[in-house]
Amino acid sequence: MPDKLILKVKDMETHIGQYHILQGVNLEVPEGHVTVLIGRNGAGKTTTLRSIIGLTPPSKGSVEFNGQMIHGLPPYTIALKGMALVPEDQGIFSTLTVEENFKIAMQKEDKVTLERKDWILDVFPDLKPKLKQKAGGLSGGQKQMLSIGRSLVNDNKLLLIDEPSKGLAPIMVETLANAIKQIKSHTTVVLVEQNFWLASAVGERYYIIDDGQTVHEGVMEDLIKDKVLQQRYLGIGTKE
Amino acid sequence: MDIFVNLTIAGLATGMMYYLLSSGLSLIYGLMGVLNFAHGSVFMYGCYAGVYTFSKTGNFALGIIAAVVVGAIVGWVMERVVISKVYGQHLAQMLLTTGLMLLLNELIKIPFGSNILPAFQPESLQSSWQVGEVVIVKYRVFLIVLGLIVAVILNAIMSKTKLGMTVRAGVQNPEMVQVLGINIKKVFSFVFLLGSALSALGGALMAPALGAVNPEIGLMYQMTGFMVVVIGGMGSLTGTLLSALLVGLASSYTAYVYPDAATAVIVIVMIVVLLIKPSGLFGKGAE
Repeated sequence: MPDKLILKVKDMETHIGQYHILQGVNLEVPEGHVTVLIGRNGAGKTTTLRSIIGLTPPSKGSVEFNGQMIHGLPPYTIALKGMALVPEDQGIFSTLTVEENFKIAMQKEDKVTLERKDWILDVFPDLKPKLKQKAGGLSGGQKQMLSIGRSLVNDNKLLLIDEPSKGLAPIMVETLANAIKQIKSHTTVVLVEQNFWLASAVGERYYIIDDGQTVHEGVMEDLIKDKVLQQRYLGIGTKE
Repeated sequence: MDIFVNLTIAGLATGMMYYLLSSGLSLIYGLMGVLNFAHGSVFMYGCYAGVYTFSKTGNFALGIIAAVVVGAIVGWVMERVVISKVYGQHLAQMLLTTGLMLLLNELIKIPFGSNILPAFQPESLQSSWQVGEVVIVKYRVFLIVLGLIVAVILNAIMSKTKLGMTVRAGVQNPEMVQVLGINIKKVFSFVFLLGSALSALGGALMAPALGAVNPEIGLMYQMTGFMVVVIGGMGSLTGTLLSALLVGLASSYTAYVYPDAATAVIVIVMIVVLLIKPSGLFGKGAE
Protein backbone atom coordinates (compact mmCIF):
# COMPACT_ATOMS: atom_id res chain seq x y z
CA MET A 1 0.00 0.00 0.00
CA PRO A 2 1.90 3.08 -1.19
CA ASP A 3 -0.42 5.63 0.43
CA LYS A 4 0.64 7.43 3.57
CA LEU A 5 -1.08 6.08 6.70
CA ILE A 6 -3.02 8.81 8.48
CA LEU A 7 -4.14 6.58 11.33
CA LYS A 8 -2.48 3.54 12.82
CA VAL A 9 -4.12 1.70 15.68
CA LYS A 10 -2.10 -1.07 17.29
CA ASP A 11 -3.42 -3.69 19.72
CA MET A 12 -5.92 -1.25 21.18
CA GLU A 13 -7.86 -2.47 24.21
CA THR A 14 -10.57 -0.54 26.02
CA HIS A 15 -12.34 -1.17 29.30
CA ILE A 16 -15.60 0.54 30.18
CA GLY A 17 -16.31 0.05 33.85
CA GLN A 18 -15.76 -3.63 34.51
CA TYR A 19 -16.30 -4.63 30.89
CA HIS A 20 -13.46 -5.42 28.53
CA ILE A 21 -15.02 -4.05 25.36
CA LEU A 22 -12.11 -3.87 22.93
CA GLN A 23 -9.65 -6.73 23.09
CA GLY A 24 -7.19 -5.99 20.34
CA VAL A 25 -8.12 -3.64 17.52
CA ASN A 26 -5.61 -3.06 14.74
CA LEU A 27 -6.25 -0.54 11.99
CA GLU A 28 -4.21 1.01 9.23
CA VAL A 29 -6.03 3.82 7.51
CA PRO A 30 -4.53 5.20 4.30
CA GLU A 31 -4.89 8.90 3.60
CA GLY A 32 -7.51 10.03 1.10
CA HIS A 33 -9.67 6.91 1.19
CA VAL A 34 -12.80 5.62 2.86
CA THR A 35 -12.16 2.76 5.27
CA VAL A 36 -15.23 0.96 6.50
CA LEU A 37 -15.57 -0.83 9.84
CA ILE A 38 -18.22 -3.48 9.76
CA GLY A 39 -19.43 -6.10 12.18
CA ARG A 40 -22.42 -7.21 14.16
CA ASN A 41 -24.25 -5.15 16.76
CA GLY A 42 -22.19 -4.93 19.92
CA ALA A 43 -18.98 -5.98 18.19
CA GLY A 44 -17.22 -2.83 19.38
CA LYS A 45 -17.34 -0.59 16.30
CA THR A 46 -18.64 2.50 18.10
CA THR A 47 -16.24 1.99 21.00
CA THR A 48 -13.39 1.77 18.49
CA LEU A 49 -14.22 5.24 17.15
CA ARG A 50 -14.77 6.65 20.64
CA SER A 51 -11.45 5.22 21.80
CA ILE A 52 -9.56 6.67 18.85
CA ILE A 53 -10.80 10.20 19.60
CA GLY A 54 -10.32 9.77 23.36
CA LEU A 55 -13.90 9.69 24.67
CA THR A 56 -13.30 6.20 26.05
CA PRO A 57 -9.51 6.22 26.33
CA PRO A 58 -7.81 2.92 25.45
CA SER A 59 -6.31 1.05 28.38
CA LYS A 60 -3.67 -0.67 26.23
CA GLY A 61 -2.15 -0.33 22.82
CA SER A 62 -1.31 2.71 20.75
CA VAL A 63 -3.05 5.14 18.42
CA GLU A 64 -0.89 7.05 15.97
CA PHE A 65 -2.51 9.91 14.10
CA ASN A 66 -0.68 11.83 11.40
CA GLY A 67 2.67 10.71 12.81
CA GLN A 68 1.89 11.54 16.45
CA MET A 69 0.96 9.24 19.31
CA ILE A 70 -2.41 10.44 20.59
CA HIS A 71 -3.69 7.75 22.96
CA GLY A 72 -4.25 9.15 26.45
CA LEU A 73 -4.81 12.72 25.24
CA PRO A 74 -8.12 14.43 26.08
CA PRO A 75 -10.68 14.49 23.24
CA TYR A 76 -10.47 18.23 22.66
CA THR A 77 -6.70 18.04 22.08
CA ILE A 78 -7.15 15.19 19.62
CA ALA A 79 -9.90 17.13 17.87
CA LEU A 80 -7.62 20.16 17.52
CA LYS A 81 -5.04 17.96 15.81
CA GLY A 82 -7.49 17.51 12.96
CA MET A 83 -9.84 14.69 13.81
CA ALA A 84 -13.62 14.87 13.91
CA LEU A 85 -16.34 12.49 15.01
CA VAL A 86 -19.88 12.25 13.72
CA PRO A 87 -21.50 10.21 16.49
CA GLU A 88 -24.25 7.67 16.08
CA ASP A 89 -26.80 10.00 17.70
CA GLN A 90 -25.48 12.84 15.52
CA GLY A 91 -24.63 15.03 18.52
CA ILE A 92 -26.61 17.97 17.18
CA PHE A 93 -27.21 20.84 19.60
CA SER A 94 -30.94 21.09 19.12
CA THR A 95 -31.35 24.28 21.15
CA LEU A 96 -28.84 26.10 18.94
CA THR A 97 -29.60 27.28 15.42
CA VAL A 98 -28.11 25.46 12.44
CA GLU A 99 -25.78 28.41 11.94
CA GLU A 100 -24.66 28.28 15.58
CA ASN A 101 -24.00 24.56 15.25
CA PHE A 102 -21.50 25.44 12.53
CA LYS A 103 -20.12 28.37 14.46
CA ILE A 104 -19.38 26.47 17.64
CA ALA A 105 -17.41 23.93 15.61
CA MET A 106 -15.26 26.54 13.83
CA GLN A 107 -11.81 26.67 15.32
CA LYS A 108 -11.06 29.76 13.25
CA GLU A 109 -13.37 32.16 11.48
CA ASP A 110 -11.02 33.02 8.66
CA LYS A 111 -11.71 33.22 4.95
CA VAL A 112 -10.73 29.62 4.25
CA THR A 113 -13.10 28.31 6.95
CA LEU A 114 -15.98 30.41 5.64
CA GLU A 115 -15.28 29.18 2.11
CA ARG A 116 -15.32 25.64 3.41
CA LYS A 117 -18.69 26.33 5.00
CA ASP A 118 -20.00 27.54 1.64
CA TRP A 119 -18.73 24.34 0.05
CA ILE A 120 -20.46 22.28 2.75
CA LEU A 121 -23.72 24.08 2.05
CA ASP A 122 -23.25 23.22 -1.64
CA VAL A 123 -22.82 19.56 -0.73
CA PHE A 124 -25.87 19.72 1.58
CA PRO A 125 -28.11 22.36 -0.05
CA ASP A 126 -31.05 21.38 2.19
CA LEU A 127 -29.36 23.13 5.11
CA LYS A 128 -29.12 26.51 3.38
CA PRO A 129 -32.69 27.74 4.01
CA LYS A 130 -32.57 26.38 7.59
CA LEU A 131 -29.52 28.28 8.85
CA LYS A 132 -31.45 30.57 11.21
CA GLN A 133 -33.72 27.82 12.52
CA LYS A 134 -33.21 25.75 15.63
CA ALA A 135 -31.43 22.53 14.75
CA GLY A 136 -33.97 20.58 16.81
CA GLY A 137 -36.57 21.22 14.11
CA LEU A 138 -34.61 19.51 11.34
CA SER A 139 -35.62 16.15 9.90
CA GLY A 140 -33.52 13.08 10.69
CA GLY A 141 -31.72 13.28 7.36
CA GLN A 142 -31.04 17.00 7.71
CA LYS A 143 -29.65 16.44 11.20
CA GLN A 144 -27.28 13.86 9.78
CA MET A 145 -26.20 16.31 7.09
CA LEU A 146 -25.65 19.00 9.69
CA SER A 147 -23.64 16.63 11.84
CA ILE A 148 -21.40 15.62 8.94
CA GLY A 149 -21.23 19.16 7.60
CA ARG A 150 -20.27 20.52 11.00
CA SER A 151 -17.41 18.06 11.27
CA LEU A 152 -16.02 19.27 7.94
CA VAL A 153 -15.96 22.96 8.79
CA ASN A 154 -12.41 22.80 10.11
CA ASP A 155 -9.49 21.64 8.04
CA ASN A 156 -9.73 18.12 9.43
CA LYS A 157 -7.51 15.34 8.24
CA LEU A 158 -9.67 12.49 9.47
CA LEU A 159 -13.38 12.09 9.84
CA LEU A 160 -14.88 9.29 11.94
CA ILE A 161 -18.51 8.67 11.00
CA ASP A 162 -20.63 6.32 13.10
CA GLU A 163 -23.57 4.65 11.34
CA PRO A 164 -24.87 7.63 9.41
CA SER A 165 -27.59 5.61 7.67
CA LYS A 166 -29.29 4.66 10.91
CA GLY A 167 -32.98 5.57 10.80
CA LEU A 168 -32.76 7.24 7.41
CA ALA A 169 -35.10 6.67 4.48
CA PRO A 170 -33.50 4.79 1.55
CA ILE A 171 -33.48 7.92 -0.61
CA MET A 172 -31.54 9.76 2.11
CA VAL A 173 -29.02 6.94 2.28
CA GLU A 174 -28.31 7.50 -1.43
CA THR A 175 -27.84 11.23 -0.84
CA LEU A 176 -25.49 10.35 1.98
CA ALA A 177 -23.45 8.03 -0.23
CA ASN A 178 -22.99 10.82 -2.75
CA ALA A 179 -22.01 13.24 -0.01
CA ILE A 180 -19.40 10.88 1.41
CA LYS A 181 -17.95 10.40 -2.08
CA GLN A 182 -17.57 14.18 -2.34
CA ILE A 183 -16.07 14.47 1.13
CA LYS A 184 -13.45 11.87 0.27
CA SER A 185 -11.67 14.35 -1.96
CA HIS A 186 -11.11 16.61 1.07
CA THR A 187 -10.72 14.29 4.04
CA THR A 188 -9.92 10.72 4.93
CA VAL A 189 -12.97 8.90 6.26
CA VAL A 190 -13.39 6.00 8.67
CA LEU A 191 -16.98 4.85 8.44
CA VAL A 192 -18.82 2.49 10.75
CA GLU A 193 -21.74 1.14 8.79
CA GLN A 194 -24.21 -1.72 9.13
CA ASN A 195 -25.96 -0.90 5.88
CA PHE A 196 -23.99 -3.09 3.51
CA TRP A 197 -25.22 -1.23 0.47
CA LEU A 198 -23.82 2.08 1.77
CA ALA A 199 -20.64 0.42 3.03
CA SER A 200 -19.95 -1.12 -0.35
CA ALA A 201 -20.99 1.99 -2.28
CA VAL A 202 -18.44 4.27 -0.62
CA GLY A 203 -15.90 1.98 1.04
CA GLU A 204 -12.54 1.21 -0.49
CA ARG A 205 -11.00 -0.80 2.30
CA TYR A 206 -12.76 -2.67 5.06
CA TYR A 207 -12.10 -4.08 8.49
CA ILE A 208 -14.39 -6.57 10.18
CA ILE A 209 -14.67 -6.22 13.95
CA ASP A 210 -15.99 -9.15 15.93
CA ASP A 211 -16.07 -9.54 19.72
CA GLY A 212 -13.91 -6.47 20.21
CA GLN A 213 -11.19 -7.54 17.80
CA THR A 214 -10.34 -6.79 14.20
CA VAL A 215 -10.62 -10.18 12.56
CA HIS A 216 -10.45 -9.46 8.86
CA GLU A 217 -9.34 -6.75 6.48
CA GLY A 218 -9.00 -6.16 2.81
CA VAL A 219 -10.24 -4.39 -0.27
CA MET A 220 -13.98 -3.73 -0.40
CA GLU A 221 -14.44 -5.35 -3.81
CA ASP A 222 -13.19 -8.66 -2.44
CA LEU A 223 -15.67 -8.57 0.43
CA ILE A 224 -18.52 -7.82 -1.94
CA LYS A 225 -17.69 -11.07 -3.78
CA ASP A 226 -17.01 -13.14 -0.67
CA LYS A 227 -20.46 -14.35 0.40
CA VAL A 228 -19.03 -16.80 2.94
CA LEU A 229 -17.20 -14.05 4.83
CA GLN A 230 -20.29 -11.85 4.72
CA GLN A 231 -22.44 -14.57 6.20
CA ARG A 232 -19.93 -15.52 8.84
CA TYR A 233 -19.31 -12.09 10.31
CA LEU A 234 -22.10 -9.87 9.13
CA GLY A 235 -25.01 -12.26 9.21
CA ILE A 236 -25.96 -11.25 5.72
CA GLY A 237 -28.21 -13.98 4.38
CA THR A 238 -28.06 -15.66 1.01
CA LYS A 239 -31.19 -13.89 -0.13
CA GLU A 240 -30.18 -10.89 -2.14
CA MET B 1 -54.85 49.19 44.73
CA ASP B 2 -51.89 50.97 46.37
CA ILE B 3 -51.30 47.87 48.47
CA PHE B 4 -51.28 45.75 45.36
CA VAL B 5 -48.73 47.99 43.63
CA ASN B 6 -46.52 47.97 46.71
CA LEU B 7 -46.67 44.22 47.06
CA THR B 8 -45.89 43.84 43.38
CA ILE B 9 -42.82 46.07 43.61
CA ALA B 10 -41.64 44.26 46.73
CA GLY B 11 -42.24 40.90 45.05
CA LEU B 12 -40.35 41.87 41.91
CA ALA B 13 -37.44 43.18 43.99
CA THR B 14 -37.24 39.96 45.99
CA GLY B 15 -37.66 37.99 42.79
CA MET B 16 -34.66 39.72 41.25
CA MET B 17 -32.53 38.70 44.23
CA TYR B 18 -33.74 35.13 43.83
CA TYR B 19 -32.73 35.40 40.19
CA LEU B 20 -29.17 36.44 41.05
CA LEU B 21 -28.93 33.63 43.58
CA SER B 22 -30.47 31.00 41.31
CA SER B 23 -29.01 31.83 37.91
CA GLY B 24 -25.62 30.51 39.00
CA LEU B 25 -27.18 27.45 40.56
CA SER B 26 -29.09 26.78 37.36
CA LEU B 27 -26.05 27.17 35.10
CA ILE B 28 -23.86 25.05 37.34
CA TYR B 29 -26.42 22.26 37.50
CA GLY B 30 -27.46 22.57 33.87
CA LEU B 31 -23.94 22.52 32.47
CA MET B 32 -22.01 20.39 34.91
CA GLY B 33 -24.71 18.37 36.61
CA VAL B 34 -23.39 19.57 39.97
CA LEU B 35 -25.86 20.14 42.78
CA ASN B 36 -23.90 22.77 44.64
CA PHE B 37 -25.02 22.81 48.26
CA ALA B 38 -22.37 25.40 49.07
CA HIS B 39 -23.94 27.95 46.71
CA GLY B 40 -25.87 29.55 49.57
CA SER B 41 -22.65 29.98 51.50
CA VAL B 42 -21.21 32.01 48.64
CA PHE B 43 -24.38 34.12 48.79
CA MET B 44 -23.72 34.62 52.52
CA TYR B 45 -20.07 35.60 51.84
CA GLY B 46 -21.44 38.15 49.39
CA CYS B 47 -23.67 39.52 52.17
CA TYR B 48 -20.74 39.88 54.56
CA ALA B 49 -18.29 41.24 51.98
CA GLY B 50 -20.80 43.87 50.89
CA VAL B 51 -21.95 44.89 54.36
CA TYR B 52 -18.43 45.00 55.79
CA THR B 53 -16.89 46.95 52.90
CA PHE B 54 -19.77 49.45 52.90
CA SER B 55 -19.48 49.97 56.66
CA LYS B 56 -15.72 50.57 56.43
CA THR B 57 -15.59 52.73 53.31
CA GLY B 58 -19.03 54.30 53.22
CA ASN B 59 -19.11 53.49 49.52
CA PHE B 60 -21.99 51.18 48.62
CA ALA B 61 -20.77 50.53 45.08
CA LEU B 62 -17.42 49.44 46.47
CA GLY B 63 -19.25 47.01 48.76
CA ILE B 64 -21.00 45.46 45.77
CA ILE B 65 -17.74 45.15 43.86
CA ALA B 66 -16.07 43.56 46.89
CA ALA B 67 -18.88 41.02 47.13
CA VAL B 68 -18.59 40.09 43.47
CA VAL B 69 -14.82 39.67 43.76
CA VAL B 70 -15.08 37.59 46.94
CA GLY B 71 -17.80 35.43 45.38
CA ALA B 72 -15.77 34.87 42.23
CA ILE B 73 -12.66 33.90 44.19
CA VAL B 74 -14.48 31.57 46.59
CA GLY B 75 -16.29 29.94 43.67
CA TRP B 76 -13.17 29.54 41.58
CA VAL B 77 -11.13 28.01 44.41
CA MET B 78 -14.02 25.72 45.31
CA GLU B 79 -14.28 24.45 41.71
CA ARG B 80 -10.56 24.02 41.14
CA VAL B 81 -9.69 22.44 44.49
CA VAL B 82 -12.74 20.32 45.26
CA ILE B 83 -15.51 20.06 42.71
CA SER B 84 -13.37 19.50 39.61
CA LYS B 85 -12.20 16.26 41.22
CA VAL B 86 -15.69 14.77 41.43
CA TYR B 87 -17.38 15.62 38.14
CA GLY B 88 -19.90 12.94 37.28
CA GLN B 89 -20.04 11.58 40.84
CA HIS B 90 -23.29 12.92 42.24
CA LEU B 91 -23.08 11.43 45.70
CA ALA B 92 -19.54 12.70 46.20
CA GLN B 93 -20.61 16.13 44.97
CA MET B 94 -23.49 16.34 47.40
CA LEU B 95 -21.40 15.23 50.35
CA LEU B 96 -18.45 17.44 49.49
CA THR B 97 -20.48 20.57 48.75
CA THR B 98 -22.48 20.02 51.95
CA GLY B 99 -19.17 19.77 53.79
CA LEU B 100 -17.96 22.94 52.10
CA MET B 101 -21.14 24.70 53.16
CA LEU B 102 -20.58 23.76 56.82
CA LEU B 103 -16.93 24.76 56.57
CA LEU B 104 -17.65 28.13 54.96
CA ASN B 105 -20.45 28.84 57.44
CA GLU B 106 -18.08 28.21 60.36
CA LEU B 107 -15.12 30.09 58.86
CA ILE B 108 -17.13 33.30 58.59
CA LYS B 109 -17.60 33.21 62.37
CA ILE B 110 -13.86 33.69 62.96
CA PRO B 111 -13.80 37.33 61.88
CA PHE B 112 -17.48 38.21 62.39
CA GLY B 113 -18.75 35.98 65.20
CA SER B 114 -22.07 34.18 65.07
CA ASN B 115 -24.25 37.13 66.01
CA ILE B 116 -26.16 39.12 63.46
CA LEU B 117 -24.42 41.88 61.58
CA PRO B 118 -26.61 44.91 60.83
CA ALA B 119 -26.79 45.92 57.19
CA PHE B 120 -27.69 49.36 55.93
CA GLN B 121 -28.96 50.84 52.74
CA PRO B 122 -27.00 53.72 51.22
CA GLU B 123 -28.47 57.06 52.19
CA SER B 124 -29.33 58.00 48.63
CA LEU B 125 -31.64 54.97 48.39
CA GLN B 126 -33.20 55.12 51.86
CA SER B 127 -36.11 57.41 51.01
CA SER B 128 -39.14 56.65 48.95
CA TRP B 129 -41.29 58.29 46.29
CA GLN B 130 -44.92 59.15 46.84
CA VAL B 131 -47.04 58.63 43.74
CA GLY B 132 -50.64 59.39 44.64
CA GLU B 133 -51.56 56.80 47.28
CA VAL B 134 -48.61 54.60 46.47
CA VAL B 135 -45.33 54.76 48.37
CA ILE B 136 -42.46 53.43 46.28
CA VAL B 137 -39.36 52.40 48.20
CA LYS B 138 -36.29 53.55 46.28
CA TYR B 139 -34.12 50.61 47.28
CA ARG B 140 -36.61 48.15 45.81
CA VAL B 141 -36.68 49.99 42.51
CA PHE B 142 -32.88 49.96 42.58
CA LEU B 143 -32.92 46.17 43.05
CA ILE B 144 -35.34 45.68 40.18
CA VAL B 145 -33.35 47.89 37.82
CA LEU B 146 -30.03 46.30 38.73
CA GLY B 147 -31.50 42.80 38.41
CA LEU B 148 -32.83 43.67 34.97
CA ILE B 149 -29.45 45.01 33.89
CA VAL B 150 -27.75 41.80 35.02
CA ALA B 151 -30.41 39.73 33.24
CA VAL B 152 -29.90 41.66 30.00
CA ILE B 153 -26.10 41.31 30.19
CA LEU B 154 -26.31 37.59 31.00
CA ASN B 155 -28.76 37.06 28.21
CA ALA B 156 -26.47 38.87 25.77
CA ILE B 157 -23.50 36.75 26.86
CA MET B 158 -25.52 33.58 26.44
CA SER B 159 -27.06 34.42 23.08
CA LYS B 160 -24.41 36.49 21.33
CA THR B 161 -20.98 35.22 22.36
CA LYS B 162 -19.20 32.02 21.48
CA LEU B 163 -18.79 31.35 25.20
CA GLY B 164 -22.55 31.53 25.67
CA MET B 165 -23.06 29.28 22.69
CA THR B 166 -20.63 26.80 24.19
CA VAL B 167 -22.44 26.88 27.52
CA ARG B 168 -25.81 26.28 25.84
CA ALA B 169 -24.34 23.45 23.79
CA GLY B 170 -22.56 22.05 26.85
CA VAL B 171 -25.78 21.94 28.84
CA GLN B 172 -27.13 19.62 26.17
CA ASN B 173 -24.13 17.49 25.27
CA PRO B 174 -20.79 18.17 27.00
CA GLU B 175 -19.12 15.24 25.27
CA MET B 176 -19.84 16.59 21.81
CA VAL B 177 -18.51 20.01 22.78
CA GLN B 178 -15.18 18.37 23.59
CA VAL B 179 -15.14 16.45 20.33
CA LEU B 180 -15.41 19.81 18.57
CA GLY B 181 -12.08 20.82 20.09
CA ILE B 182 -13.28 22.85 23.07
CA ASN B 183 -11.79 22.31 26.52
CA ILE B 184 -15.01 22.01 28.47
CA LYS B 185 -13.21 22.07 31.82
CA LYS B 186 -12.18 25.67 31.22
CA VAL B 187 -15.79 26.51 30.42
CA PHE B 188 -16.85 24.71 33.63
CA SER B 189 -14.41 26.77 35.72
CA PHE B 190 -15.61 29.99 34.19
CA VAL B 191 -19.29 29.19 34.68
CA PHE B 192 -18.65 28.24 38.28
CA LEU B 193 -16.84 31.51 38.86
CA LEU B 194 -19.60 33.48 37.14
CA GLY B 195 -22.38 31.68 39.01
CA SER B 196 -20.66 32.26 42.35
CA ALA B 197 -20.06 35.93 41.59
CA LEU B 198 -23.76 36.34 40.75
CA SER B 199 -24.78 34.62 43.96
CA ALA B 200 -22.53 36.89 46.02
CA LEU B 201 -23.90 39.93 44.17
CA GLY B 202 -27.38 38.77 45.14
CA GLY B 203 -26.24 38.49 48.75
CA ALA B 204 -24.70 41.97 48.82
CA LEU B 205 -27.90 43.50 47.44
CA MET B 206 -30.26 41.44 49.58
CA ALA B 207 -28.54 42.19 52.92
CA PRO B 208 -29.56 45.87 53.14
CA ALA B 209 -33.16 44.93 52.28
CA LEU B 210 -33.18 42.49 55.18
CA GLY B 211 -31.49 44.88 57.61
CA ALA B 212 -29.13 42.29 59.07
CA VAL B 213 -27.21 39.17 58.10
CA ASN B 214 -26.05 36.07 59.96
CA PRO B 215 -23.96 33.00 59.06
CA GLU B 216 -27.07 30.86 58.49
CA ILE B 217 -28.61 33.18 55.92
CA GLY B 218 -27.18 31.26 52.98
CA LEU B 219 -28.78 28.04 54.07
CA MET B 220 -32.17 29.75 54.36
CA TYR B 221 -32.05 31.22 50.88
CA GLN B 222 -30.42 28.24 49.24
CA MET B 223 -33.55 26.11 49.53
CA THR B 224 -35.57 28.83 47.82
CA GLY B 225 -32.81 29.03 45.21
CA PHE B 226 -33.11 25.34 44.43
CA MET B 227 -36.88 25.59 44.15
CA VAL B 228 -36.58 28.56 41.78
CA VAL B 229 -34.22 26.53 39.59
CA VAL B 230 -36.54 23.53 39.54
CA ILE B 231 -39.57 25.66 38.71
CA GLY B 232 -37.74 27.51 35.91
CA GLY B 233 -36.16 24.42 34.39
CA MET B 234 -32.55 23.40 34.92
CA GLY B 235 -30.02 25.25 32.80
CA SER B 236 -32.40 27.85 31.36
CA LEU B 237 -31.65 31.42 32.42
CA THR B 238 -34.91 32.72 30.96
CA GLY B 239 -36.75 30.07 32.93
CA THR B 240 -34.86 31.03 36.08
CA LEU B 241 -35.74 34.71 35.65
CA LEU B 242 -39.44 34.04 35.15
CA SER B 243 -39.51 31.53 37.96
CA ALA B 244 -37.68 33.89 40.33
CA LEU B 245 -40.13 36.70 39.64
CA LEU B 246 -43.07 34.32 39.96
CA VAL B 247 -41.80 33.05 43.32
CA GLY B 248 -41.02 36.60 44.50
CA LEU B 249 -44.51 37.82 43.63
CA ALA B 250 -46.28 34.76 45.01
CA SER B 251 -44.55 35.02 48.37
CA SER B 252 -45.01 38.80 48.50
CA TYR B 253 -48.80 38.59 47.96
CA THR B 254 -49.16 35.63 50.29
CA ALA B 255 -47.13 37.34 53.02
CA TYR B 256 -49.72 40.13 53.04
CA VAL B 257 -52.75 37.87 53.22
CA TYR B 258 -51.34 35.13 55.43
CA PRO B 259 -47.67 35.65 56.44
CA ASP B 260 -47.18 32.12 57.75
CA ALA B 261 -47.74 30.70 54.27
CA ALA B 262 -45.17 32.90 52.48
CA THR B 263 -42.67 30.05 52.21
CA ALA B 264 -45.23 27.31 51.75
CA VAL B 265 -46.62 29.05 48.69
CA ILE B 266 -43.27 28.56 46.90
CA VAL B 267 -43.59 24.83 47.40
CA ILE B 268 -47.17 24.97 46.12
CA VAL B 269 -46.06 26.89 43.00
CA MET B 270 -43.37 24.27 42.47
CA ILE B 271 -45.81 21.39 42.80
CA VAL B 272 -48.29 22.97 40.38
CA VAL B 273 -45.61 23.77 37.77
CA LEU B 274 -44.08 20.29 38.01
CA LEU B 275 -47.47 18.63 37.70
CA ILE B 276 -48.11 20.51 34.48
CA LYS B 277 -44.54 20.42 33.14
CA PRO B 278 -42.19 18.02 34.93
CA SER B 279 -39.05 19.57 33.42
CA GLY B 280 -39.94 23.04 34.72
CA LEU B 281 -41.15 26.13 32.84
CA PHE B 282 -38.30 26.25 30.32
CA GLY B 283 -36.71 22.87 30.99
CA LYS B 284 -35.80 20.74 28.02
CA GLY B 285 -36.29 17.41 29.73
CA ALA B 286 -35.58 14.22 27.85
CA GLU B 287 -35.89 14.66 24.11
